[in-house]
Amino acid sequence: MKKFLMVLAGLVALASTPALAQLRVDVTQGNAQPLPIAIPDFVGDHHAGANIAGVVRADLERSGLFRPLDQKGFAERITNINAVPNFGSWRSITAQGLVTGQVTQQPDGRLRVDFRLWDVYGESQMLGLQFFTTPENWRRIAHMVSDAVYERITGEKGYFDTRIVFISETGPALKRVKRLAIMDEDGANPIFLTNGSYMVLTPRFNPTAQMIAYMSYIATKPRVYLFDIETGKQEVLGNFPNMTFSPRFSPDGNKVALTLETGGNSDVYVMDLRSRAVQRLTSDPGIDTAPSFSPDGRQIAFESDRGGSQQVYLMNADGSGQRRITFGQGNNGTPVWSPRGDLLAFTKQQGSQFTIGVMRTDGSGERLISSGGRDEGPTWAPNGRVLMYSRGLSGGGGSQIWSVDVTGRNQRRVLTPGSASDPAWSPLIH
Amino acid sequence: MIRFSTSVKFACLSAALLLGACTHKQEAVTTAPPPVAVAPPPAPAPAPVTSSIIPGSAEDLRVNVGDTVRFALDEYNVEESDKALLGRQAAWLQRYPAVRVSIEGHADERGTREYNLALGARRANAVKEYLVSQGVSTGRVETVSYGKERPVCTSSDEGCWSQNRRGVTIVSGGANS
Repeated sequence: MKKFLMVLAGLVALASTPALAQLRVDVTQGNAQPLPIAIPDFVGDHHAGANIAGVVRADLERSGLFRPLDQKGFAERITNINAVPNFGSWRSITAQGLVTGQVTQQPDGRLRVDFRLWDVYGESQMLGLQFFTTPENWRRIAHMVSDAVYERITGEKGYFDTRIVFISETGPALKRVKRLAIMDEDGANPIFLTNGSYMVLTPRFNPTAQMIAYMSYIATKPRVYLFDIETGKQEVLGNFPNMTFSPRFSPDGNKVALTLETGGNSDVYVMDLRSRAVQRLTSDPGIDTAPSFSPDGRQIAFESDRGGSQQVYLMNADGSGQRRITFGQGNNGTPVWSPRGDLLAFTKQQGSQFTIGVMRTDGSGERLISSGGRDEGPTWAPNGRVLMYSRGLSGGGGSQIWSVDVTGRNQRRVLTPGSASDPAWSPLIH
Repeated sequence: MIRFSTSVKFACLSAALLLGACTHKQEAVTTAPPPVAVAPPPAPAPAPVTSSIIPGSAEDLRVNVGDTVRFALDEYNVEESDKALLGRQAAWLQRYPAVRVSIEGHADERGTREYNLALGARRANAVKEYLVSQGVSTGRVETVSYGKERPVCTSSDEGCWSQNRRGVTIVSGGANS
């Protein structure tokens, strides 16, 4: 990934008329009215141009905030992206935004991708950017175009140039093979990182998306391991005498919080990855697990059944100030801090019903945002607007990965190669 | 805290060791019932269908002694009804002192993945502690939790859930074969 070459430069705006009505989507309203947007195939290299525009359309459509229009209805054929488009013709098909682009092969073999975002009603260019990359990286360029369009129109960072690490589940229900796998946010480019001869669970990215912490049964006792994506190297984390599980990186990537089981009792510890020093954070006879750092690294949310049922607790990063924050009905676990710091996502269990919820970090304002009935293990998009989670199917039917807007709108399945669970969303890669 | 009044001892807790093994376990053993009192007489003469099972083998434990105990929902104390079975396991282990076992702790699907890993560890440890209380040396008994990842059935009803909430004693070494 570090070899990825890219140049990013703003283009000169062609239309100097200031925008009268600024094109904008308010993400806090979910996708009540997705914005109609026209994204014709990029010109120049027709093959790459069609592929890139297709991925941009799919990205924006998947967000629920945009409605890419069918190319068949386009009245104007874009041939020169440096000419001002005929805005009236795009208004006639109800487009409010227009993305035009061009792909050209450079003499050195790289692709050059230029694109412009137009405000159809404001009759102005909102954005013009240029990327260079190697041809095999065309999907990443498409995701970066999507991120740029999303950010320019919503005011929020995008999340399309990201990856998902997850557990691939194959084989019969009673002999499930669970492999560590990674894919692009849209499900493309799935890669298996372990071969299935041993079970792996609960993968989590570090903040540079280069390292994965996960639990593996490769040796006699299950332990937390680190996987370096670039080198393929795996190493057991620390020298713990018993099962370690439920790892999660600190926001600076320098520490891993995890759970160590001793004599049947599970407690939360934190390990410094440089000094390998270990600090115990909980010492309660209850089950203490599923730690998640706040974005500023100063607090850790975790779950504990010390009060008689599984509930969400907070503590300071040194283990002090432990306090329960969920008191409602049912069990509440797997708290995950939003990258924005404002919310905790969690799994609520009532009987055999599992639902993804979000709440403020003091436990108030709980909202349930998924409807699968067997939904657990949320993970946040880096912009804190979208979550993914595992959805179990009944009768040993395996599991799927789903995504949902933080508002609860736009629940949809994420395509995976076969059954999949336990997604963890990477930060933005670019 | 009702849950913690059950029979499982948290011998390690008072030790509060950072990462060390539980050094107080021997002390806990001294308060347990005397060993071997519940040891049953040797297995009856094998029936024709089991005649090929080698005494002291993994299959002997599984078929002739019994390897699985069950747990109530979200509980991990050994049920009264399972103590005779674990007593037979302890007696069998004393008859074959080279055998080492691993206790697998499992949970049903009604719990999150990580919570169930912790719950499975509690259950495996409860079985281990019972065997140790019956005189089995602690060094011969390992534990491993599979949480809800290794079900024996997949329907969403109590009949299946109760089968999945289990502790299974598996021979891990030293058996006859």
